[in-house]
Amino acid sequence: MQILIKGARVIDPGRMDALMDIRVDGGVIADIQPAGVMSPSNMEGRVYEASGCIAAPGLMDMHVHFREPGQEYKETIASGCSAAAAGGFTAVCTMPNTHPVNDNAPVTRFILSRAAEACGVRVYPVGAISKSLEGKSLSEFAELKSAGAVAVTDDGMPVRSSLMMRRAMEYANGLGLLVISHCEDMELASGGCMNEGETATRLGLSGIPNAAETVMALRDIALSELTGARLHIAHVSTAESVRAIREAKRRGIPVTAETAPHYFTLTEEAVGAYDTHAKMNPPLRTHKDVEAVREGLADGAIDVIATDHAPHSSVEKAVEFNLAANGVIGLETSLALGLKLVDSGVLSMTGLIEKMSTNPARILGLTSSLAVGAPADITLFSPEKVWTVDARQFKSISRNTPFDGWTLKGKALLTMVGGNVVFNAMT
Amino acid sequence: MPTLMKKDILDMTSLSVEEISLILDTAERMKEISERPVKKVPTLRGKTVVLFFYEPSTRTRTSFDIAAKRLSADSISLSGSASSVVKGETLLDTARNLEAMKPDIIVLRHSSSGAPYILAKSLRASVINAGDGMHAHPTQSLLDLLTVREHKGTLEGLRVAIIGDIMHSRVARSNCVGFTKMGASVTVCAPPTLIPKGMASSYGVSVTHHMPEAVANADVIMMLRIQKERQTGFFFPTEREYSRLYGLNRDVLEYAKSDVLVMHPGPINRGLEISPDVADGPHSIILDQVTSGVAVRMAILYLVTGGA
Ligand SMILES: [Zn+2]
Ligand SMILES: [Zn+2]
Repeated sequence: MQILIKGARVIDPGRMDALMDIRVDGGVIADIQPAGVMSPSNMEGRVYEASGCIAAPGLMDMHVHFREPGQEYKETIASGCSAAAAGGFTAVCTMPNTHPVNDNAPVTRFILSRAAEACGVRVYPVGAISKSLEGKSLSEFAELKSAGAVAVTDDGMPVRSSLMMRRAMEYANGLGLLVISHCEDMELASGGCMNEGETATRLGLSGIPNAAETVMALRDIALSELTGARLHIAHVSTAESVRAIREAKRRGIPVTAETAPHYFTLTEEAVGAYDTHAKMNPPLRTHKDVEAVREGLADGAIDVIATDHAPHSSVEKAVEFNLAANGVIGLETSLALGLKLVDSGVLSMTGLIEKMSTNPARILGLTSSLAVGAPADITLFSPEKVWTVDARQFKSISRNTPFDGWTLKGKALLTMVGGNVVFNAMT
Repeated sequence: MPTLMKKDILDMTSLSVEEISLILDTAERMKEISERPVKKVPTLRGKTVVLFFYEPSTRTRTSFDIAAKRLSADSISLSGSASSVVKGETLLDTARNLEAMKPDIIVLRHSSSGAPYILAKSLRASVINAGDGMHAHPTQSLLDLLTVREHKGTLEGLRVAIIGDIMHSRVARSNCVGFTKMGASVTVCAPPTLIPKGMASSYGVSVTHHMPEAVANADVIMMLRIQKERQTGFFFPTEREYSRLYGLNRDVLEYAKSDVLVMHPGPINRGLEISPDVADGPHSIILDQVTSGVAVRMAILYLVTGGA
C-alpha cells in the first residue's frame, strides 16, 4: 500500500528543509517532490493532508527503561512502544536494568521478540557492562552484540572500578559497541535524594552534589582519552559536566552526550513540598545548571535529547520522599518540551530534529534519513497544536511525570515505522 | 480572642508570629493545670489522639501522652513495629486505615523528612508533626521558645547560638525558623562538614565554625546531641576532637552573657557535647524545657481541635 503525505514542511537535517510531498511505497520512501507536484489521483492508498505540519526522520529515544522482563506492572515492552509511538518516536534504546538484567543474549533476544509483537516501534536493546550490574565481571559483549545489543551500559549502577571501566571501553571498542556511562560517584552521592543546596537544606533532605556527576564524567573522559574508545555520557545535569564534555570534544576525545527534557526544563524547586514526581537520578539541579545544559544543547556540547523514561507505579512513588524510587516518564512529553527550546531560541527546528533523531542514530551507527530508498521511518508533528498533559491518558502504564497538567505546544500526529503507521492522531 | 486557623501543625515555617504567640500564651495557661493536685481537665473528653511513632522516642511520645491525658483525651500509641509498617503497606495505606477509626488528631514521628505532609494532604484528622527526618520538629521549637520567653520575658532581640550537628538536626532547623521569626538572631556553629549547603541564606542565620565566636554575648546557647555514628561518614575525626572544639564547658561559657541560658533537647551525651557541670549548672534550663514540652503539647492539642 502506498501512502502520500502532502504539503508538510519536510526537515531532513543537512539535506532538506522545504514544503514537500512524500510518497511511501513498500515500506520505504519512494519519492519526495516539492508540494503539489505529485498527483494523488493516480495513486492507490492513503493520503494525509499535512500542511502546517513538520515531517522529520523518525525520532529516536536512546535512553528508555521498559520494565519487561521483571516489572511489567510498571511498563511492558508493548506499552512502552505504544507510549513511544504516541510521543512521535519510531525507535528506542532500552536500558538493561530489567529483572533479570539484560547481560546475556537470551534476555536480549527475549526483548527483541517482545518488541516484534508490539506496535512496531523499533527497539534497540542496550546490554549491561557487568554481569547483574554488580560491577564485578564483564558481560559477554560479543554475544550481546550478535543477539542485537547496540551498546553497553551499567545505567543506574555505575561502574565504580576505574580499571573495569577502562577494560570495558577498550573491549567494547574492539567490537564497535558504544559504551554509555551513567556518571555518578555513588560514595559522593552518599544516599542523597535530591540536589544538594538551599532547597534540600530547607526540606531537610540529604543532597547529591554536582560533583558526584562531574567527577565520574571527568574520569570517563580521561578513560576515553586513554583508550581511544567512544564514550556516550547519559543524562547530563550539571554545568560542570557540560563544560567538561565541551572541553573534551575540543580536544578531539570521542565523547558524545545526552540530556533529558527535565534537565533543561525544571530546577530543584520542582520538588516543592516533597513531590516524588520530581525525584530522579541525577536530581534536578539549579537554574545555573539548567542554563548550562541549554547552552550545551545550543553549541553542540550535548548531542542528544533522550528521556530516561523511567516508569514507576504509585507503590514506588506515593511514599516518603527519601524512600521513593528515582525516575520520571518522558516519552509522551519529550517532543513538546523539546519544542519549547525552539520557541525560546535555544535550538532551530532542524537542531531539535538532530538532537532527537539524526544524532542518536549516528552515535549508535544506525540510519535516520528521509532519502529516497530509506526505510519510511517518519514522524509527522504539529509544532503549534496546544494541548494539556493528562497523565491518565498516557499510553504508558505509569503516570509518574512532573509535567501532569502542563499546557504544552506541539504534538506528534503520525508516527510511521517502515511504512507502517504505528500512531495516528490525524483528523 | 484569636484562634488557630490550621488543621495541622507541620513546621514552624507555616506558623505566623501571631499563631506562635497564641500557642505560647495558651501553653502558659496550660502550665497551671500541671501544678494542680488533680492534673486533669475535661476539655478534650471524647477526643481520640493517635501517637503514631515510626521512630522510637520515649520522651516526645510520653510528653504528648501526658498532654493528651491531662486534657482527658483518649490517646493510643502505635509504634513502627506494632503497626503494619513492616507488612509492605505504605504510609498512606496505614494512615487511611487509621482514619477509618476516626481519630481527631494524629501525632506523627517519622524518620523521613516530609512524611507528615503525606498524611496532612489526605486525612481529615489534624496532623501534628512530632519530628520528621532532618526536616522539622515544631513542638520542640515551640517549647524552646516558651522556655526562653519565660526566663527572658521576651524573644525579641535575643542572641541565640545553636551548636552541634546542624546538618542532621530537625531541632536546629525548626529553631532557626522559630527564633528568627520571633525577632531573635541566630548563629549556628559546627564543623563545616555538619553545616548543610545554603544554611545561612535559606534560614537567615549566621554561620560560624568557631565556638567562642558563636557563643560571644549569647543570651541562649542551645547544644545539639551529636550522634556517634557521624564519624563513619567522615564528618569529624573523633569524639575527642569534636568535644574539644564544639563541647560546651565552663571555659567556653565565659564568652557568653553572664545570664546566658543553656538548653539541650535531650537526650544528652554527657561529657561529649556538654560537660556535666554545665548541664547541671545554674545556667541550665534543660529540665524546664521538659516541663514546657507538656504545656506546649497541651496547647496544641487544644488549639487544633478548635479551642481558643
Ligand atoms: Zn542513569
Ligand atoms: Zn536511565
